[in-house]
Amino acid sequence: MNIRSLWRWLRAATGDDAYDRYVEHHAVKHPGEPLLTRAAFYEESQRRKWSGVNRCC
Amino acid sequence: MELAKNILGIFLSILGACALTVIALHRDEPVNALWILTAAVCVYLLGYRFYAAWIAAKVLSVDPSRATPAERHDNGRDFVPTHRWIVFGHHFAAIAGPGPLVGPTLAAQFGYLPGTLWIMVGAVLGGCVQDMTILFLSTRRDGRSLGQMARDELGPFGGFAALIGTLMIMIILISVLGLVVVNAMKHSPWATSTVFATVPIAILVGLYLRKWRPGRVLEGSALGVALVLFAVIGGGWIDGSPSLHAFFDLQPVPLAGFVIVYGWLAAILPVWLLLAPRDYLSTFLKLGTVAALAIALLLMHPTIKMPAVTQFVDGTGPLFGGKVFPFVFITIACGAVSGFHALVSSGTTPKIIGSEGDVRLVGYGSMALESLVAIMAIIAATLLDPGVYFAINTGAGIVGAAPDAAVHTITGWGFPVTVEQMKDLATAMGESSLFARTGGAPSLAVGMASIFGSSFGRGLLSIWYHFAIMFEAVFILTTLDAGTRVGRFMLQDLLGNIWKPLGQTSWYPSVLIASALVVAGWGYFLYIGVIDPNGGINILWPLFGISNQMLAAIALSVATGIIIKSGKVRFAWVTGLPLAWLALVTSAAAWQKITSDDPKLGFFSAANDLAAKLASGVLPPEKAAVAPQLIFNQRLDGWLTLFFLAVVWFVIIDMLRISLRYTRGLPVATSSEAPYQVTRLSST
Repeated sequence: MNIRSLWRWLRAATGDDAYDRYVEHHAVKHPGEPLLTRAAFYEESQRRKWSGVNRCC
Repeated sequence: MELAKNILGIFLSILGACALTVIALHRDEPVNALWILTAAVCVYLLGYRFYAAWIAAKVLSVDPSRATPAERHDNGRDFVPTHRWIVFGHHFAAIAGPGPLVGPTLAAQFGYLPGTLWIMVGAVLGGCVQDMTILFLSTRRDGRSLGQMARDELGPFGGFAALIGTLMIMIILISVLGLVVVNAMKHSPWATSTVFATVPIAILVGLYLRKWRPGRVLEGSALGVALVLFAVIGGGWIDGSPSLHAFFDLQPVPLAGFVIVYGWLAAILPVWLLLAPRDYLSTFLKLGTVAALAIALLLMHPTIKMPAVTQFVDGTGPLFGGKVFPFVFITIACGAVSGFHALVSSGTTPKIIGSEGDVRLVGYGSMALESLVAIMAIIAATLLDPGVYFAINTGAGIVGAAPDAAVHTITGWGFPVTVEQMKDLATAMGESSLFARTGGAPSLAVGMASIFGSSFGRGLLSIWYHFAIMFEAVFILTTLDAGTRVGRFMLQDLLGNIWKPLGQTSWYPSVLIASALVVAGWGYFLYIGVIDPNGGINILWPLFGISNQMLAAIALSVATGIIIKSGKVRFAWVTGLPLAWLALVTSAAAWQKITSDDPKLGFFSAANDLAAKLASGVLPPEKAAVAPQLIFNQRLDGWLTLFFLAVVWFVIIDMLRISLRYTRGLPVATSSEAPYQVTRLSST
């Protein structure tokens, strides 16, 4: 495993690349529809993440 | 490949058997912790390689050709097919909490053996099976929650029981965790200032990730982790400065007040400001510390000093009352089986799992790793001198507030310890005293500091100690924030049935009221725990353990019911046996907590005993002042336990009724499984 793929893996594991993946998905599946900004996407994804049971004892 | 796997399997079996033999034969002489670690790793790998694979193939009929909800509903947001190791990481980060650190530390009062054995056996046959099965069933049902699955497959009662059970457990869980943090911070300016500093640091990271560099999680987390590590060192300077030292030297009651206000704020503020950034910090610290602990244990390979079994298996233990059966199972809780995991396994994870073939790694594998963390916690507790372990973990109400009296009592139990020894240890750890620091966090921190200290440098013991305290506090507070928030949503859901507007999760008055009610619920138990001269943990932890294991029983009932309804009665024992065991253990424990005549064990007898003492005027004034509240609380705990017991048995009976109908060919609710759809994803 080289540095570049390790970095890619780390970004994927932490959700650092979530917006890039969203943009990619958007371009393929919903072209032409309005795209969320980076900040709006981040806020929305955090709100969704924390509205269910996501952390344990 | 298959041959290599078989050879590995045989090798692991032999190694595991050797390690267990060493543990079995070294009953009257010290055993090295590496044998325990080796035995555990082998047991988990074998369970994963054979039992989990068999369950996946035969019981669940896992079908990698079937599209998962992540693929069918892929929306680039919450439903996203994700690589199996990343799902594993997310799932592990979600299930790994402070429970497996605290439970084994407390259970060490029975000696190292009972707890260690249950962590291994309970995980491989119970906890891992539960997590994997619920994850699989939810994946087959579009990622539905445990409560929804209970309602769909068993009936409205099962669903309601799961919801109420979860809410109550959440309240108890948060209060006990709050108590652990308060006990770690009381009269410790270093710990208090470090833990307080994590709040503005989290807010700074929150602003960074939302305003300045949106979504740059790695940058924000790196900044936060650096600041938090600096706060650990900065706490040492504050501790050394006379004026600041006094400022942060706080009594338990005001500290509990801070935790309560903090919990309320965290539940009503936007998640990006406090909760989300705190969670990034705690996840990085958690993964890093667990890895470092494993490496340090290998380097240090310490000898276990606690006897295999202590005299306290007879129920006279100072940390909490009750015999080894059933209380070792109740106390270990999350390290072996955790009902709470069923909520995560039917929450976010089934929505991102890319292939059904991954449920074994994600469900079974994550829990096995979590259980290994519990093994490391029990090692950290039992490598201390037993006398030191009991001096730190026993409440002043049991051994006396004066150090002389405490060491005298503990030495009398056969675990020698001296005042000088405790004083030297406290000085080395940068604390004024380590007596009666109940809750498990300080003793775990001393254990971790000794492990890190002897592996990575002894001179830094006080830094290691406060790093460990900060590490525990950070993710306890994350669970506290997240739990309060989830509790708020559940309560709003319930209140919405009474008056519609209260059910709107974004209507601010409803948010404020529901959050305040949830915080008041756990705040009450936290406050009572803080004023209890016996430390409070002795009451709250068993209550938490019972409720958590009962939630597991509810989850296993749902799983067993579904397995039977899918025409696999012959495999129902896979979840049915752990269910039967948990039903037995929790019922026995609940029954003893309700009916025991021993005031150290029974809630009602403790209340009556204290009431009699209060009436006859034999209590010293400071105890008499809090006695009425303690009496009320013990009775409340008794009724609560009875309520939990009733709920869990109703669910089990409901499941048996439906299974019986099915086997007799009578109509039952049809399976809520989503129809088969072939996957288009290439397996990687």
